[in-house]
Amino acid sequence: MTPTTNRHPGINLGDMHEEASDACESLVFGFWVFMMSDLIIFALLFATYVVMLGGTAGGPGPHELYEMKSAFLETMLLLASSFTFGMASLALKYDRTKGQLLGWLVITLLLGLAFIGLELRDFHLMASKDGVPSRSGFLSAFYALVSLHGLHVTGACLWMLVLFGQMAVHGLDTGVKTGLLRLGILWHFLDIVWIGIFSVVYLGGLV
Amino acid sequence: MSYFLDMLLGRLDWDALPFWKMLQEPTTFNIINGTIVTGAASMVVLGGLALVALITWFGKWRVLWSDWLTSVDHKKIGIMFIVVAFVMLARAIIEAVFMRAQQSVGLGGGFLSAEHFGEFFSTHGTIMIFFMAMPFLTGVINYIMPLQIGARDLSFPVMNSISLALTAAGAVLVMVSLVLTPFSTGGWSGYPPFTESPYSPGAGVDYWIWAVTLSTLSSTMTGINFAVTIYKKRAPGMHLMRMPLFCWTALTTAILMIFGMPPLTVATALLALDRYLDFHFFTTDLGGNMMNYVNLFWAFGHPEVYILILPAFGVFSEIFSTFSGKRIYGYKTLVIATISIAALSFTVWLHHFFTMGQDASINAVFGIATMLIGIPTGVKIYDWMLTMYRGRVRLTIPMVYAIGFIMLFVIGGLTGIILANPSIDYQVHNTLFLVAHFHNMLVPGMLFGMLAGYNYWFPKAFGYRLNERWGYRAAYSWIIGFILAFFPLYALGLLGMPRRTVAFLEPAYLPWTIVAGIGALVVLFALFSLIMQLGVSIRRRVTYAVPIGDPWDGFSLEWSTSSPPPEYNFPVIPQIASRDPFRSEKDSGQAYQRPEEYGNIEMPANSALGPVLAVVSFLMTFGLVWYMWWLVIGSGLMGLAALVGRSFVRRTTRIISADEVRRTHESWLDQVARAKAITRADERDTTNQGLAASPVEGAVQ
Repeated sequence: MTPTTNRHPGINLGDMHEEASDACESLVFGFWVFMMSDLIIFALLFATYVVMLGGTAGGPGPHELYEMKSAFLETMLLLASSFTFGMASLALKYDRTKGQLLGWLVITLLLGLAFIGLELRDFHLMASKDGVPSRSGFLSAFYALVSLHGLHVTGACLWMLVLFGQMAVHGLDTGVKTGLLRLGILWHFLDIVWIGIFSVVYLGGLV
Repeated sequence: MSYFLDMLLGRLDWDALPFWKMLQEPTTFNIINGTIVTGAASMVVLGGLALVALITWFGKWRVLWSDWLTSVDHKKIGIMFIVVAFVMLARAIIEAVFMRAQQSVGLGGGFLSAEHFGEFFSTHGTIMIFFMAMPFLTGVINYIMPLQIGARDLSFPVMNSISLALTAAGAVLVMVSLVLTPFSTGGWSGYPPFTESPYSPGAGVDYWIWAVTLSTLSSTMTGINFAVTIYKKRAPGMHLMRMPLFCWTALTTAILMIFGMPPLTVATALLALDRYLDFHFFTTDLGGNMMNYVNLFWAFGHPEVYILILPAFGVFSEIFSTFSGKRIYGYKTLVIATISIAALSFTVWLHHFFTMGQDASINAVFGIATMLIGIPTGVKIYDWMLTMYRGRVRLTIPMVYAIGFIMLFVIGGLTGIILANPSIDYQVHNTLFLVAHFHNMLVPGMLFGMLAGYNYWFPKAFGYRLNERWGYRAAYSWIIGFILAFFPLYALGLLGMPRRTVAFLEPAYLPWTIVAGIGALVVLFALFSLIMQLGVSIRRRVTYAVPIGDPWDGFSLEWSTSSPPPEYNFPVIPQIASRDPFRSEKDSGQAYQRPEEYGNIEMPANSALGPVLAVVSFLMTFGLVWYMWWLVIGSGLMGLAALVGRSFVRRTTRIISADEVRRTHESWLDQVARAKAITRADERDTTNQGLAASPVEGAVQ
């Protein structure tokens, strides 16, 4: 492996991180493979949503339920969080101060939490208009897809907290570095899935 | 008090006990059915107790814990996967015998209730696919693949242990459903709306959902693990096109697992949402659409067929080559055929439901795609035959399975081409013709392949060969039993007998069902022979010992190390310069060399995460089945805590010193020097210590 080649897709730590960079080769590649598998799950739920879009069974449909303003705000939050996570990854790669790394990560976490909060508010509002999953096949498909994404974001936030804990105990060691690299991939992946949700579920539903 | 009990036990009640109905309404019919279930349940309970008693009696708890359960060694995990597979195989065969017995006397009645018969075919199918076939092939790949590519372990050894944990938990869940009944009656495919709560309100379908879900999660992780290992951990010089064919099939199987398992995870998860949280994915009302389930299920189900068969193809490729004393014929075409089959497997799922209402032209497209799979499969058959052609074929046990496989599998394949034609499929769908077809693919294909591999690689894993007398008995009774049990089903299918029928009123069926029943008894004898074979072999393990590790004059790397191999597989990582590296080494006199120097070896340390997650995932799914929410939440939190706790552990490896490696290797090399090399003609003799005399050294073969 020559020093300039990338060992895996995405941001590479580079050779100054020796041990971590070695460990990444299988770990990050394996995580990409896992992402492919996870993407199949989302793809099938997207397909299910499209199939069930007409199955409102006389209940409320997209036009009655979707709040575009809120969905747009959520999109912006997630996009911003992807940017801040990118800044965190760069801080990690170029050995900037721990303060910078932590700062960007905390901002990312807050943006993620704000997203989840807004999404829960959406669900609450929809439920008040009889938009609950047990009402129709369409709503079942909506909730399965969108809340699976929400659960992923929650899991990612939890993972970040665990990584903060590891940082407190072990410092910025190989385990934390490879963890952050993989969490980064998950974070951007969830951003892409959300773009799909915004375009297919919200925009597509309203067409 | 009663409120507290309801909280504690959820919906678990007296009538979950297998003998409850028999006591409530003691009719003859109920007593027969109740006795069968109670007998099975007591076998589970007594078997479990006997196991605990034996382990305690021999004082093996510590060994079991530190050498096996917490081990992350791919070889031990592989063996444990295969143990699970054998236990479940025994149960599923016995169930098959009951079903065949029922249909042999099923003219106008029989002794099994429809409900009970439904449980039989549901558990039989579920177990055979998810808890026999999948663990079996996962175990064999786990054991052999790293040895063949010259690696020390899989890329993610702890995840491997978690895969085993989830499969084991699922298997235990299915076993527990015998004691706290019922299991699903919805078949192995669990089609809604029948499996929705209005039609199947009990715990049965939930057992099925969670057992299958555990299995799919396990297999997804296994697939990721295998694929990353093959991409990243091959020994230097082991190019992809130098890998043994078994590794190629392992790689394609792994890729199919990565992409083929998620659809089933989605299907069972959505069905669970319907049943638990009143969603409407597949219900008959409020916009549900059961066709979506059928599509999701078979988007998994068809790749699954090739997940099951491809590793067997890999095993047969190794066996035909070894026991013909020839390099495999058409290596490249076999690789291309394997990949083509894997790719095509994603394009044919609709042929599982030609009759469920799509356009004729859509059916035609999928019918043609299905027939296309016959081409690469045919290529393989010819390559195997040409490998035998002008070879010196030795009719060892694996070879008996392999030749039985070729002949029977071609017949099964031809009936598949028949079924691929939608207009014919309309006539025979949901009849026993279909049952005969897929058993004809899976028994001679998947099962014979795994049993052949078991006979072939057992000496590698345990250091002694398996007994031949019982081995041949098992192989031949499998072949004969299979023919007797399943060829009549083709006739029955053409006569119009529907599958999954408990009883029938057509006397013309009877002779065929009786022959099939006799076939089932022959298969039962095959199972008995397998047990005897193992027992006799263990008793005579000193006589059959092959510690040098190459009893069949093998070609690939796994034969170049001792039997059983050391934990780290190879004292130094081999340098590969050709396909069939061990063959080249032996031919050039380079085998069994002392390396220039030994180095320290870093191996993954044991981890309790696997067994902890096994317990946690069993408790969680058991709680879900019986609505014990405290158990679900409690075990869920425990599992999360275990995962988070593990992520804080930093010392995940241990070092085996160069000195120890050197000592082990040198004592083995001394054994090699003392051992007498035998020719292939003597490989079944007790003089076989696992050192082969190479043909180029002038040995007469």
